[in-house]
Amino acid sequence: MIAVVDYGAGNLRSVTNVLNRIGAQYQVVDDGRSLIGATKILLPGVGHFGQLCDALDKRDLRSTLVDALNNGVSYLGICLGMQVLFAQSEEAEGSRGLSIFNGSIRKFDSSERIPHMGWNTLESRAKSALLEATDSEQYAYFAHSYFCPVIDSTTFTTSYDSNFSSVIEHGNIFGLQFHPEKSGQLGIDIITKFVGL
Amino acid sequence: MLAKRIIACLDVANGRVVKGVNFLDLRDAGDPVELAARYDAQGVDELVFLDVAATVENRSTLVDLVSRTARNVFIPLTVGGGISSVDEARAVIRAGADKISINSAAVWRPELVHELSNEFGSQAVVLAIDARRDGEMWRVYTKGGRQAEQMDVIEWAQNAEQLGVGEILLTSMDADGVQAGFDLPLTSAVREAVRVPVIASGGAGALGDFSTILKVADAALAASVFHFGTFSIAEVKQYVADAGIVVRK
Repeated sequence: MIAVVDYGAGNLRSVTNVLNRIGAQYQVVDDGRSLIGATKILLPGVGHFGQLCDALDKRDLRSTLVDALNNGVSYLGICLGMQVLFAQSEEAEGSRGLSIFNGSIRKFDSSERIPHMGWNTLESRAKSALLEATDSEQYAYFAHSYFCPVIDSTTFTTSYDSNFSSVIEHGNIFGLQFHPEKSGQLGIDIITKFVGL
Repeated sequence: MLAKRIIACLDVANGRVVKGVNFLDLRDAGDPVELAARYDAQGVDELVFLDVAATVENRSTLVDLVSRTARNVFIPLTVGGGISSVDEARAVIRAGADKISINSAAVWRPELVHELSNEFGSQAVVLAIDARRDGEMWRVYTKGGRQAEQMDVIEWAQNAEQLGVGEILLTSMDADGVQAGFDLPLTSAVREAVRVPVIASGGAGALGDFSTILKVADAALAASVFHFGTFSIAEVKQYVADAGIVVRK
C-alpha cells in the first residue's frame, strides 16, 4: 500500500490526481499509526519547514517515518518533503528535520528573484532510478525559496543563483525539489517509476 | 536555466470562459476544462482561472471547475476572483489549485496577503494588480477595473511583497483588450521595485509583443489571442525562442 502523508498543510489533491491517473492504489494517512505497514510513502510538502517539523511530532509521524526509512520502505519526498530529509533549514532555525542527510537547507541569494518559480532544467549528475538522462533538455516545475545543497546522493542538479539538488536518491529514499505532479508528462513518468519500484 | 513562462488566462463566469474588451462587453469563449487541456497540449506553462462573475452562489461552480481541470491537466493552476479569506482560498487549493490570486480584497484589507502566505506559503499567493496610468503615476483599480483607489501601483507592489506575496500579476488596463502590445513602462517600473517574479498581462496582439515584454517580465499572460485562435501557444513559444529568450519546449 502507498501511503500519502497528509500533515495538514499540503495540497494532496494534485498528487492523488496523478496516482488516480496512473491507476495506483493509495491511502491518505495523517498520523504515525496509520503509516505502519506502508510499502511506499509519499510526502508532498508545501508551506513552511518549521510547520512540517512540528506536524511530524504532533502527529506522531517522526519515529514511524524514520523507522520505515531505515527498514527499506521506499520514500518519495516532494519539495518540502525532500527538504525535511535534512537536519535543519534557514527557514526555521530551531526546527529539527529527519536528519537522514547532513547539511542544511538555505535560502536563495537575493541576486535572483525569490521564489524560484517556474520551469527549469534538470542536469544529470549520477545514474538515477527515477529519470533517465537525455540529450534534450528536461524541464520540471519549481516553486520554492529554499534549496537543498548538492550532496553525494544528488542525481540531478538545477541552476538558479547556484547549483542545488533537484533530485536526491539514496537507496530507498528519494527526494524531488520540483513538483512532479505539476511537471506534465515528465512528472507523471517519475511518479509512475516510483510506484513501480 | 529558468525559462520565461507563457501563461494562458481563462476568465470564467458561471462555468464558461468569457472575454471582453477593457473589462466590458463579455463574450462566450468556450468550456474551461476543454480549453485548459488544449492549451496544455500546446505547451502552455501555466493556467490562470479568473472568476470574473465571482458571487457566493457560483463559488461551488468554480470549485467544481478547478477540481475537474486538476484531474486532467498536470501543470500549475492559479485561481482568482473574489477570494477574500483563508477559507475561500483553502476551498480552491483543496480542489487542486496551486496558487490563489487576490486583488480587490487585498487592496481593501492588506493583512489578507499575510494571512494567506502564512497559511499556504508565499509561493501560493499571487497578487493581481489592475493598473492604469494617471499622470506621472499608475493608479490601482479594484472591482474588476471599475473603481479607482487612492493607491500607487509601485507602493502597493512593494507593500505586498513585504506582506509575503510570492508573485505579482500585473494587468495594464490601458493596454488590456486593445492588442497593441504589453505595457513595457509599467512592467519595467514594477519589476525594478520588487524582488518577486512579475507576470505581465494585458495587450498581447502580435507574436513580437511576447518577445518584447519577456526581455523584462518573468512571464507573459494572455487570453483572447489564444481563445480566438489568433495564434497558438506553440507559435508564441517558437517565436520567443527564435528571439533568443529561454522558454520550455
